[in-house]
Amino acid sequence: MNNTIIKLENIIKIYQVGASEVHALKGVSLEVKEGDYLAIMGPSGSGKSTLMNIIGCLDKPTRGHYFLEGTDISTFSRNKLAEIRNKKIGFVFQNFNLLPRTSALENAELPLLYSDISPKLARQRALEALAQVGLKGREHHLTNQLSGGEMQRVAIARALVNRPSLILADEPTGNLDSKTEEEIMSVFKSLNREKGMTLILVTHDPDIGQAAPRRIYLRDGLIVKKEGF
Amino acid sequence: MNIIKTIQIAFRALNRNKMRSFLTALGIIIGVGAVIAMVSIGQGAKKAVEQRFQEMGTNLLFIRPGSRSFRGVHGGSGTFQNLKPEDAEAILKNCNAVQYVSPNVSTRAQTVYRNKNWNTSIQGVGADYPLIRNWNVVDGEFFNEGMVKTAAKVCVLGNEVKINLFENEDPIGKIIRIKSIPFRVIGIMEQKGEAGGWFNRDDTIFAPYTTVQKRLMGIDHVQSIDVSAVASELTGEAQRQIEELLREKHRILPGAEDDFNVRNMSDIAESAAESTRILTILLGGIASVSLLVGGIGIMNIMLVSVTERIREIGIRMAIGAKERDILMQFLTEAIVLSGVGGLIGIGVGMLTSRLISHFAGWQTVVSLGAILLAFIFSGTVGVFFGYYPARKASKLDPIEALRYE
Repeated sequence: MNNTIIKLENIIKIYQVGASEVHALKGVSLEVKEGDYLAIMGPSGSGKSTLMNIIGCLDKPTRGHYFLEGTDISTFSRNKLAEIRNKKIGFVFQNFNLLPRTSALENAELPLLYSDISPKLARQRALEALAQVGLKGREHHLTNQLSGGEMQRVAIARALVNRPSLILADEPTGNLDSKTEEEIMSVFKSLNREKGMTLILVTHDPDIGQAAPRRIYLRDGLIVKKEGF
Repeated sequence: MNIIKTIQIAFRALNRNKMRSFLTALGIIIGVGAVIAMVSIGQGAKKAVEQRFQEMGTNLLFIRPGSRSFRGVHGGSGTFQNLKPEDAEAILKNCNAVQYVSPNVSTRAQTVYRNKNWNTSIQGVGADYPLIRNWNVVDGEFFNEGMVKTAAKVCVLGNEVKINLFENEDPIGKIIRIKSIPFRVIGIMEQKGEAGGWFNRDDTIFAPYTTVQKRLMGIDHVQSIDVSAVASELTGEAQRQIEELLREKHRILPGAEDDFNVRNMSDIAESAAESTRILTILLGGIASVSLLVGGIGIMNIMLVSVTERIREIGIRMAIGAKERDILMQFLTEAIVLSGVGGLIGIGVGMLTSRLISHFAGWQTVVSLGAILLAFIFSGTVGVFFGYYPARKASKLDPIEALRYE
């Protein structure tokens, strides 16, 4: 039996937009265990981005509890959450979100800049992470000299570098052609299978979602279907 | 995040917009340069004044008659004609803090040598005048006590008079006429230079005061008495002794006002130094305004920079940068801008003050204090004007920052 990494208990998120309230999440409960590969699926407006932001500690739930590795972090301060994002979560975004005009190595190193890790060790770890995603030899290329697939690999290396508890990928293949899409998906697959990395994939694309053994479907702020549990 | 890394990142970010960074720093460069150059002018003026007074001797005292009041109407200073040569003799004899005295009278007269003539000031002084004023003859000799006693018709020329009357001829032993009275030239004073632009200290003739009194002016009082104390520290004591003696000699009742004024050189020097100090503060203050403007330039550019890099800030926050990390990043950029600007500004300021003293001929002094002050001030400007944009950046919401296009 694997350890539970994420436990969501009746998460409710309400946004105040002008005078009206928008109920983005209406009570989501979910458990993710170590080594899981989970896809969060649903059409736009279903609340999946909100759920991802909450799981990724970028946002706090209005009500409900979020246990990350057993700790209730729903009431943590901004700085505490920043620390958790740094240490426990690796992000992969649709539009890569790499620093422009900066080398692959420096991008991969970035999370370690905000940890208490010596520059030497940081460099070594970033090189390892880049090698792991198949970018050996391209470490010193600037981001604008890389292809879309390579950029996303750099982003994955950046997500891996601080050895997080989980990787959160938000439409990671949305900006890629189908061939690179396959490449990136196989990187994720091998990370999960070979390294036992916990992965959460957020996507609206059913084909991509099928790659994950476990899937949840969101609609109007509620989980409407669970598969593979 | 460690400091060295933070500074490295700041340099890299500034390097990406070289022109913009340079122009922003230019505001600080000009500000710091202006402060240093202006303060160096003020301090140069102070030093020049101090040197001039040092040259004249800080142990000097001047006695002038007081203002005379007649039925309640005060005349100007020096309207009394109550200072006599005997006062000077008594001071020399009775005041032990006094070393030399010289009774002075002065007038203007037309002077003639052969076919040349020149209108100049004639100063009647005592034989010890060169010792009191630290001003010596370069050629020939000054008149002695005997010549003063006998009211000899001898004179010593200032350099300017010598040039105007004699050109290249040797004046020693020649006879010149002052108000048609023949005087024998026995010496030439060393050149002193201009004192305040329009007043040339070399445009004068010295003669025994007795001669000037009797032959040229027809008076028996003196207009002032120059005194030198035995030492600078004793000028206060000398002043006290002189005042006591003159009150006694002039039979001034206790409680009544003096009919003379004694001023000492250190008081005069102090008030002159005070006015140059005010000049320094004024110049420095005006220049500081440009430093302030430079600081506002930094704030402006940092605000633009934060807006341009909202997405970068979002990325950094998403991967774990705390508020403090973002704050430090942008604050460091502002401080690096102002710090580097400050360092270059110091160089520019020193160069400018050199150029000013070279082309305008003013003495300038760049002091370590002024450099430190300007540099610290520019650093403070960086912190002060960099803080608001940096804080604004650190308070961004990571989700919105990531979404920002």
